[in-house]
Amino acid sequence: MSILKVKNLDFNYSDKQIIKNLSFSVEKGDFLCIVGTNGTGKSTLIKLILNLLKPDSGEILLYGKDSKNFKQFDKIAYVSQKATNFNAAFPATVEEVVSAGLYSKNGLFKFKKSTDKQQIKKALDTVGMYDFSKKLIGNLSGGQQQRVFIAKALVSSPEIIFLDEPTVGIDMKAVDSICCLLGDLNKKHKITIIMVTHDISSILYHANKVLNLSEDGHIRIISAEDYRNETISEHYRHDKNC
Amino acid sequence: MELLSYGFIQRAFLAALLISIITPLIGNIIVLKRLSTIGDALAHAGLAGVAIGLCAGLNPILSAVIFSIAAALAIEYIRRAFYRYSEMATAIVLSFGVGIAAVFSGFVKNSADFGSFLFGSIVAVSQFELYMVVILSIIVCIVMIILYRELFYITFDEEGAQLSGVPVKKVNFLFTLITAVTVSIASRTVGSLVISSLMTIPVACAMLISKSYKSNVVLSVMFALLFTISGLFISFLYDLKPGGTIVLIGIFVLIILLPFRRKN
Ligand SMILES: Nc1ncnc2c1ncn2[C@@H]1O[C@H](COP(=O)(O)OP(=O)(O)OP(=O)(O)O)[C@@H](O)[C@H]1O
Ligand SMILES: [Mg+2]
Repeated sequence: MSILKVKNLDFNYSDKQIIKNLSFSVEKGDFLCIVGTNGTGKSTLIKLILNLLKPDSGEILLYGKDSKNFKQFDKIAYVSQKATNFNAAFPATVEEVVSAGLYSKNGLFKFKKSTDKQQIKKALDTVGMYDFSKKLIGNLSGGQQQRVFIAKALVSSPEIIFLDEPTVGIDMKAVDSICCLLGDLNKKHKITIIMVTHDISSILYHANKVLNLSEDGHIRIISAEDYRNETISEHYRHDKNC
Repeated sequence: MELLSYGFIQRAFLAALLISIITPLIGNIIVLKRLSTIGDALAHAGLAGVAIGLCAGLNPILSAVIFSIAAALAIEYIRRAFYRYSEMATAIVLSFGVGIAAVFSGFVKNSADFGSFLFGSIVAVSQFELYMVVILSIIVCIVMIILYRELFYITFDEEGAQLSGVPVKKVNFLFTLITAVTVSIASRTVGSLVISSLMTIPVACAMLISKSYKSNVVLSVMFALLFTISGLFISFLYDLKPGGTIVLIGIFVLIILLPFRRKN
């Protein structure tokens, strides 16, 4: 069974058709990259899947269930494109932010102090931010904040992680380490990754599927291998204008 | 210390202390959601309720509570209509409250009664009002403790909270409700014009020096207690209006703390 199935999905913002008759599916263990130029609806698609926006028509099934009725919040995690857009003066430590990610697991009225602490440490270790636990989130650099938000997503040990351009504003070395981290989570821990990205290297080395959105509404889902071959030949075929 | 042996002063102290515990608890969420002016808007709506209640011969505190709740719901509604311009919602509701209060206060027979709601009447807290404050404080404290993580998550990242299964709408509704009730009951004791300062100034002071969300909450309550206790003593000693004195002490402390703020 596919863990995510999108069937004939349509979505408009008032006058503008963003997504037209989109169908695809994601299997457990996939690493899907969503690519496309600015404004083609990549973030919109993720929000539709997560039920933060309502489709005009079509069907989205998460674990075989309509995403409207999906309640297994601990199975999914999301790092939004605007994650680092919070109020910089917000008085919260890295640890407090990451512990919010445990909510989906613990839920209302449930406190599991000692295991919580361990899980938070593990998640922060994974992204190399444990030394910053007690620091205020607003005092970190953009890239460090982004890593903290990835830790917040990891802390509940989800089965699918959605990431919307997680590597924007991060130095090249950190991009590599985050990509390797995601590749590792995908290969070793069988976590399904669905990621919007403009970063070619993660597509080249880690993805197995690519969903390509384009402005004319033409949508293709292809294997990462085909995408690699295409982009590479495209690079060589076209004379650059600049 | 002899002051504390009078019954009415004991009641005043107890009511004021309880209010200075619960207002910063609520204020933390309000300030961090960038809705600092909501307390003002609800207080003025409550004032409209007071004016109408006094005119119609109803219990003014009860009609203040009803008006504040209606105002809080209206703010939520307008806020959704003008996404990202939430301050406009509070401005509209505030003006509406002031308008009604101004018009109806003209018909209130005993204008001193109405005036006591503006700046509060800490020294004239009746036994019944003290009971109300006690019950309210217990409810607010319980709600804020039980919903601590939910409120933190929603305040920091509402979308993320929703995705983690936080019942965002229900929590927001409950929070709005207790804010409205707190504002209207507390304005009887500390005054409509002062209540919103008690929600924001202690939080502002805490934000200058706190090192975590938790310490921010704890510090803001401590600041509020400090302002209230010293404010009450000074106002009794020099025969000043207690509400105003408390606020001025808060501002004074804020100004002293400003140079020591943590670097961002
Ligand atoms: N709230 C909104 N109301 C109306 N139109 C919107 C809204 N949000 C996005 N759009 C439009 O929908 C289109 C898709 O937006 P979306 O954010 O999904 O693009 P994207 O592919 O994620 O772009 P980027 O690469 O810049 O992140 C854009 O053309 C945008 O103008
Ligand atoms: Mg986007």
